Amino acid sequence: MNVSKTQAQTRLHRTIPWWSPERPFIWLVPVIFLLFVYSIYPFVFNIVISFQKFDAMAKAFKWNFPNNWVNLFTNDDFLKSFRITFTYGSIALVVELILGMLVALAFDAPRVKLRGLWQSLFILPMVVPPVISGLMFRFLQNAEYGIISNLLYATGIVSIAEPLIGGTGKNVLLAILIADVWQWTPFVALIILAGLKAIPPEPLEAAEVDGANKWQQFWNIKLPMLRSVLTIVVLFRIVDLLRLFDYVSIMTSGGPGGNSETVSHFAYRMHKSIEWGTVAVVGIVVLILSTLVTNLYIKFFKVRF
Amino acid sequence: MAATQVSSTSTRTEAGKKSAEATRAKHAREAVVQTGIAAVIALIFFFPIFYWFLVSVKPLTYTMSWPPVWLSAPIFDWYQVVVLGVDPNVNAQSGAVFNGAAGNYYVIPYLRNSIVIGILSTGIAVLLSTPAAYALSRFTFKRRSNLITWILSTRMMPPVVAIFPMYWLYTQADQKVFWPLFGSGTNILYDGLIGVLLIHVVINLPLTTLLLKSFFDDIPIDLDEAAMVDGCTRWQAFSKVIWHYALPGLGSAGILAFIASWNEFLLTLTVTRTQFGTVPIFGSTFDVSAAGTEWGALAAVSITAMVPVFIFVLIVQRNLVRGMTMGAVKG
Repeated sequence: MNVSKTQAQTRLHRTIPWWSPERPFIWLVPVIFLLFVYSIYPFVFNIVISFQKFDAMAKAFKWNFPNNWVNLFTNDDFLKSFRITFTYGSIALVVELILGMLVALAFDAPRVKLRGLWQSLFILPMVVPPVISGLMFRFLQNAEYGIISNLLYATGIVSIAEPLIGGTGKNVLLAILIADVWQWTPFVALIILAGLKAIPPEPLEAAEVDGANKWQQFWNIKLPMLRSVLTIVVLFRIVDLLRLFDYVSIMTSGGPGGNSETVSHFAYRMHKSIEWGTVAVVGIVVLILSTLVTNLYIKFFKVRF
Repeated sequence: MAATQVSSTSTRTEAGKKSAEATRAKHAREAVVQTGIAAVIALIFFFPIFYWFLVSVKPLTYTMSWPPVWLSAPIFDWYQVVVLGVDPNVNAQSGAVFNGAAGNYYVIPYLRNSIVIGILSTGIAVLLSTPAAYALSRFTFKRRSNLITWILSTRMMPPVVAIFPMYWLYTQADQKVFWPLFGSGTNILYDGLIGVLLIHVVINLPLTTLLLKSFFDDIPIDLDEAAMVDGCTRWQAFSKVIWHYALPGLGSAGILAFIASWNEFLLTLTVTRTQFGTVPIFGSTFDVSAAGTEWGALAAVSITAMVPVFIFVLIVQRNLVRGMTMGAVKG
């Protein structure tokens, strides 16, 4: 049996050429080619450039081994942006997860009327272009007449001496966090909501009969059943938070004093000032880190696409 | 005996009625509370957009004060400046334009670029990724799962990795290849339609491919086999039969790709300079830190840029979760 099957397969492979539509190659080649240009070429090119320095006078790259690498890891701006990306990212992730979970539970409550209307209004933020949200929140967080600033002044969370954006930059990450949470909590909530909808009612009914309260039902039944959905939400949020650029660029340009500069913004600033060797090194570091993190995550939590 | 039985039944129904009424009242109370919570959450999240919309129909003096003037007779001067290209200084006396600073607020060229790029890149991305998704769903071949992981990791890759390589590729290809052909200084890739288009196609390919794969996975393989038994080739089975069943998927993938293209910023920013900006690029040119920011014009630009994506997201709502997770969560 096995032998004949293998024989049939080899015969098939001998008679059908590699470019035939009966074989996968021709179906996939445009996508593979374009993604090659976008991912493999930058990787290789970055490695080459990372050992060179652009000479603006000669308009050519000169060998500069290994200064770009050494300089980057002693570059305070880079190290600071690295720290900011990770601390900010962790905080934003936790805040969005908790808020998203609460919102999803609220929308999943059994007797909500006009559910479709509320849900439609609620998901709008996540498709607003991030640049536009940046402009909008820059207005809402204006130190003088911004409504969010004034609410925070009234509650005493932020003082007028140290406004959200400006001052010494003490609160600038909070400003970005507010925009980020506004835009991406709907995303988190929507996916958790899909997970909640998929939970079969029987275990919850059984728990209800056995006298489990709402908290016990959530903690012991809903949360474990949301595991796979949560792993996917977290994955997508990690990926997006690692590349955070738009709000920073629009709202603060990384300032004041580099207090809101993320790695992406640092790389873009280097690109603008023709420090291309540095951009290449940052590119490699970021690529290796993000590939490592996401692939380990996918392996560890067995995410399937 | 008969009498007692009757009376006991009647009390039971009475009690039943009472408890049913109590449950109904409890349910009504719950409905009010739960609807109230959902409404408050929805309105909190919608509020910034509404408030920003108000800014676009108010004179600037009402906007730049605290407490703000909430409602005033709507003015459309900002939309005239932004959409019709009216000189902002003409209307200075109406109080709509506050500082009369020079500035370009005419959004239409950028809007046109965004629409052209959005439609073309979506069309190309869906066209290229549909066969790829079909192949990933139907064929078994060596390293298939590695290929899927690679496609996925291009989605996960932060765009900063590609900014300089793409910039360099574009500027060099223009200078070395296209300038000799089309004349020096023409923008083909760098700062040109084709370059931006290519970027937008590429960033959408992982999304459309993996999402469509998940839709093809849902179509029974028996359909392909039936078609091929009836004499179709593999290509005919796909092009005459199967893709029709994936139409809802194609629609969702297309709309999500359009939204992603509409919102894309960093890569477009690096491969354009002045000639070919999209709406987000336009948005990034405004000075928002100076005292004389024309908030009304910015708000009008923003609202104009939001309307298309809002319409699209409401159309695609049913498949939104699936699309945004690239098929990993079937919403």
